[in-house]
Amino acid sequence: MEISANTGNSVKTAAKKSTKRERKALFYGLLFTSPAILGFIIYTLGPMIASLYLSLTDYNVFKDTTSFIGLDNYIKLFSGEDDLFYKSLGTTFYFVILRVPAVIIISFFLAILLNMNVKGRAIFRTIIYLPSIVPAVAASMIWLWLMNPDLGLLNMALSWLHLPTSNWLFGEGSVIPSIVLTTLWGIGGTVIIFLAGLSGVPKSYYEAIDVDGGGWYSKLRHITIPMLTPTIFFNTIMTIIGSFQVFSEAYILTQGGPNNKSLFFVFYLWRTAFRDTEMGYASALAWVLFIIIMIFTVLVFKTSKSWVHYEGEKQ
Amino acid sequence: MRESRLKLTAGFTSLLIVSAMFIVPFLWLLRSSVMDLSQIFIMPPQWIPKPFHFENFKEALTVVPFGAFFKNTLIIVAGVLIGTVVSSTIAAFGFSRIKWKGRDMVFAILMSSMMLPGAVTLIPSFIGWKELGFYDTFYPLIVPAYFGGGMFNIFLLRQFYMSIPQDFDEAALVDGANYFQIYWRILLPLSRSAVIVVALFTFLASWNDFMGPLIYLKSDSRFTLALGLQMFQGSYNAQWDLLMAASTAVVLPCVLVFLLGQRFFLEGITLTGLKG
Repeated sequence: MEISANTGNSVKTAAKKSTKRERKALFYGLLFTSPAILGFIIYTLGPMIASLYLSLTDYNVFKDTTSFIGLDNYIKLFSGEDDLFYKSLGTTFYFVILRVPAVIIISFFLAILLNMNVKGRAIFRTIIYLPSIVPAVAASMIWLWLMNPDLGLLNMALSWLHLPTSNWLFGEGSVIPSIVLTTLWGIGGTVIIFLAGLSGVPKSYYEAIDVDGGGWYSKLRHITIPMLTPTIFFNTIMTIIGSFQVFSEAYILTQGGPNNKSLFFVFYLWRTAFRDTEMGYASALAWVLFIIIMIFTVLVFKTSKSWVHYEGEKQ
Repeated sequence: MRESRLKLTAGFTSLLIVSAMFIVPFLWLLRSSVMDLSQIFIMPPQWIPKPFHFENFKEALTVVPFGAFFKNTLIIVAGVLIGTVVSSTIAAFGFSRIKWKGRDMVFAILMSSMMLPGAVTLIPSFIGWKELGFYDTFYPLIVPAYFGGGMFNIFLLRQFYMSIPQDFDEAALVDGANYFQIYWRILLPLSRSAVIVVALFTFLASWNDFMGPLIYLKSDSRFTLALGLQMFQGSYNAQWDLLMAASTAVVLPCVLVFLLGQRFFLEGITLTGLKG
């Protein structure tokens, strides 16, 4: 009797001890993470809700009254009354469609080159990464100068090669590809992430192909690309999200011109909110952008099941 | 795996060409920054200016108060740096070294904020700071860093903390240490390189920030270098020599910081990339 009572007691104290420990862990866990949780509430969740509400009003900094107007802002957007909305949306889509594959394909092949055992590898890596740390404002100044139609280096080089020159940022047709080109200078971060992915591919896999007598193409097709699909997936999502939100380049390089041909969505949003002070309407723009980015991200996630291979996962 | 000589030569040559393409904009920037306008108009272009006009820097940096912009940028960057390092290491500790109920769910919710485009929170944040009377001050640019310091940094540090064996903490807890002591005496010293990575990324992000200062700062005297450079472009439109000199001055600190911390940068990016 006594023995059983004793064991019962010790189990009880052990349980008490563990809940006490758990409670202590919960307290300290929340204490340590509380600045981040507060930050999330103050700077993300709160503004998000506020922005959704604002998008249903006609809030304007310079007007004394603000009234709730329901979905009017969204109706104005989608009805075509605001033709700049569709224009900026089209421009941004065009930019994303042009830029994302370019960034992914070029940085993928640059990473493969940098992964080779060539002389001066570290120096090449530094040179390719360096432009990505240049402030967007300064990089834009440099590219404005390189792409200057009269005195820029690019046109000088083209005419030296007897090729047709371009108006670059000042041509209605060439402005978006030109901006894509300027942002390609900064793909170093993406390259390094690919490089990290490549270093995780076991060398023995390639040796197996060597034994089978396969060349570089079958290595690329059957090992490198499948093994790197998680990295490709990650980089694609990040590049899509980043490309939809391009702002500094748009602001400095073209201010939306020529003839609104580079009116990027976030630039248009900024202009609506801070130059025209139509903050209610601009909030509706922000929510449209949010939903578009969400749709794209979900699409990539959904399709990822069919093309992303995780190692150790059963097929 | 042995790579054939032919393949290595082809790889080396391709890298040489690509590197040249990446480096030419820098060279063009530098050479333009030490030329006067008449040299800039010479055809075919000179790569090495004759003579050098180093006085461009003096002129470019004095016609607009770049000294004040530099000081403003330093104040903001320092404030953001301290806040980010302190609050992101503390939060990452709470999300990795303490096991508490609901931890991973809270972390996942907070991580979702990384997907949210900045444009969504921009307008209400602006209105909030303005209502509080902090429009045209540095506070809106600095204070948020003290509340978590960004999920990207917390994620990166958490990845690193999880790779450190938990035994240390348990031994210390048994010896009667509290969590603050474990954080301060064990985790921080062991994660120095990860903290440096966070500091470097934060420095660059804050130094390069354009949209934040553009929205929150109004008076010229409070401008940052990024804003100042943009303002300079507005007023000295066709003066490419001076504009390039000013751009060089803005780029240079970043390049120096990068070259000094290069090892940590590459490690840091690798740390974020999918190892989790």
